[in-house]
Amino acid sequence: MAHQSPAGTGGAHKPQTKVIWRTFWILFFITALEFVIAFTMASGPLRVAIFVGMTLVKAFYIVAEFMHLKGEVKTLMWSILIPLVFVVWLIIALLVEGGAIYEVR
Amino acid sequence: MSAPTVVTTTPSEMTDRKTSIWDGGNEPLKASYGKLMMWFFLLSDAFTFSALLITYGLIRFSHPAYNPKIHGPFAFSQEYWPIPERVFDAVPFLHGYHLPLVFVGIMTFVLIMSSVTMVLAVEAGHRNDRNDVEKWMLWTLLGGITFLGCQAWEWTHFIHGTEEGAMVRSMVNGNWVENQIFGASLIINQYGPPAFADLFFFITGFHGTHVLSGVVLNGLIFYNTAVGVYERRGHYEMVEKVGLYWHFVDLVWVFVFTFFYLV
Repeated sequence: MAHQSPAGTGGAHKPQTKVIWRTFWILFFITALEFVIAFTMASGPLRVAIFVGMTLVKAFYIVAEFMHLKGEVKTLMWSILIPLVFVVWLIIALLVEGGAIYEVR
Repeated sequence: MSAPTVVTTTPSEMTDRKTSIWDGGNEPLKASYGKLMMWFFLLSDAFTFSALLITYGLIRFSHPAYNPKIHGPFAFSQEYWPIPERVFDAVPFLHGYHLPLVFVGIMTFVLIMSSVTMVLAVEAGHRNDRNDVEKWMLWTLLGGITFLGCQAWEWTHFIHGTEEGAMVRSMVNGNWVENQIFGASLIINQYGPPAFADLFFFITGFHGTHVLSGVVLNGLIFYNTAVGVYERRGHYEMVEKVGLYWHFVDLVWVFVFTFFYLV
């Protein structure tokens, strides 16, 4: 993968937009697929899992390609990504809590 | 106790030391101050949005879910959490049609598209191509403003409600009273439990505020580009920094779209 932007060398002055449009089409098709699933599949845990998975794929492409985190130094990448494990903890804690509130109401 | 060690350094060692990573003046993350601070701000903002969306999950899980076996055919009710695609099924100029998620799909497309034009502006900045940066920043601005307009319409529709409204039982002076209500506010909600409307206003509102400030920042960047500030400076890094913010706004929408509209 060309993570070092060729434009940065200053030599080429032609637009380097191939990766950008490829990422756009990936995001577009995943979103279109989400619509198809929303109308053809009965709601349930499996559908939720598929939606969450597709959302994470879209998030990966936005952060890695558009925000260019993929091309940054590894230390920077991990110092942004590792703190997000707290979000995972919060999801587990609060969803369990929500279920518990439902039980006692 | 040992005697303090005397460190003797020869001049050649002094010059070696200068290149040590502990002597300061390094850029271990190979990114400018502004870009780093933008990343860490976005990390903190990610926590804020996560908290809001997870709160949505908590409150939704603490309410009964719609179950066709118990509740029969779907109708708006205070008894259970609504199905989002039944709530968001209106499109401007197509009054009376049931078009679930079509409008929010258009909004999603607009925001992804403006993210693409933003990254094209950043790419043009790497080439120091002022005209291209101006062009793509204008498209990005247009996308942002279109999204805000769509959101304003969606809020208006959500607040005004459907033609039928919904019958809601409430306790007034010790008696049960049935009222017909239309739309939603922070205390009443025709589509379901009031918390659903509260979360809608909070989450999409907080995201919309981000889009608005993003549009303002993009406008500033466009202005600075147009008057040649970055050309004189010799680089277009500001476009990149504000671009990070704009992509983050798009990223948040991807999650809002999934957890508020799809699931």
